[in-house]
Amino acid sequence: MKTLKILVGVAFIIAISAFAIDKVSVSKADDGYVIGDTATDFKLKNIDDSFISLADYKEAKGFIVIFTCNHCPYSVAYEDRIIELDKMFKVKGYPVIAINPNNPKAYPDDSFDNMKVRAKEKGFTFPYLFDDGQKIYPQYGATKTPHVYVLEKTSEGNMVRYIGAIDNNYKDASSANDKYVEDAVNALLKGEKVPVEITKAIGCSIKA
Amino acid sequence: MSRSILYIMLVIFFTNCKGEQQVALDATDVFKSKGVEIPMYNFENFEPLLKVNDGKTRVINFWATWCKPCVAELPYFELINSRYPNSEVEVILVSLDLPKHVESKLIPFVKRQNIQSKVVLLDDPDANTWIPKVNKNWSGSIPATIIYKGNTVNFYERSFTYNELEKELKKML
Repeated sequence: MKTLKILVGVAFIIAISAFAIDKVSVSKADDGYVIGDTATDFKLKNIDDSFISLADYKEAKGFIVIFTCNHCPYSVAYEDRIIELDKMFKVKGYPVIAINPNNPKAYPDDSFDNMKVRAKEKGFTFPYLFDDGQKIYPQYGATKTPHVYVLEKTSEGNMVRYIGAIDNNYKDASSANDKYVEDAVNALLKGEKVPVEITKAIGCSIKA
Repeated sequence: MSRSILYIMLVIFFTNCKGEQQVALDATDVFKSKGVEIPMYNFENFEPLLKVNDGKTRVINFWATWCKPCVAELPYFELINSRYPNSEVEVILVSLDLPKHVESKLIPFVKRQNIQSKVVLLDDPDANTWIPKVNKNWSGSIPATIIYKGNTVNFYERSFTYNELEKELKKML
């Protein structure tokens, strides 16, 4: 009887600690990257049905990774500016890589087929990848769309140099007087420190 | 003479007929349509609403019509609003819809759902400046909720069920 009690007690402690370990690892994943972390590569399906990895870009000096989607008005408001960023910086070695992190079950507008439609309508000049299974965005720690990560390619991997918004006016590109992403990439191209490394923005919560 | 006029104005400003403190916010615009009235604020004019010290508990929910989890939890905020007397608890639904969508989306939504809580529009594009002023831990995703009374402030960047929301509210009452 006493053995049984001990056994139950041990089982209980194991159960509790398993739960605790699980909790800890979950909250760590939730936090995502901070400035200076090495960002993970991925292999995600593009709207042209090819698979794309950061490693494919041999000549790139870095990347402007943007978590964005179809359904979100804030993302839509930034579409033209995302195209501009790609046009401006692809030639300088910093292409835009857009990733849709949403589960289409939560937002049917964000299905892979609808991504193709939207990219065609807007004439996206950059890859628009589908985070199938919603595995990549939690590693980055993206919480909303649009959510930008500027990465610098180094010998140790793709280092996170900027996290946040594209600029300081989602409504009106011409009124934006702090162009965070543009400033970050320009600084990196000059070998300087990114002036503003983290910004906050309202966006649409990513739904897995 | 001018001093007494000023005094009268202040009294009108800060008291209503029950003698309660009233928060006077300067709206940058007021949208009126279909019997629904929604004032619009920039953050500077909205901010006093986060700091009223009148003994009342305020539940301030940041949402938008395009935000599915926000819309899903709105009925719980409505239920709180109807179950607790307005003298004790005030629910304020702060919409972050784009101003151009107020007439086409927000007002029809408020009308259709028959929303009784106070709805205001926060329109301030420089979010990087004001998000940390709401709460330094807020990443900017919605739904997000503040429950506060006086100087005690709790912030939640998450969704609620009714029971969870009421539990958090009761901590403040």
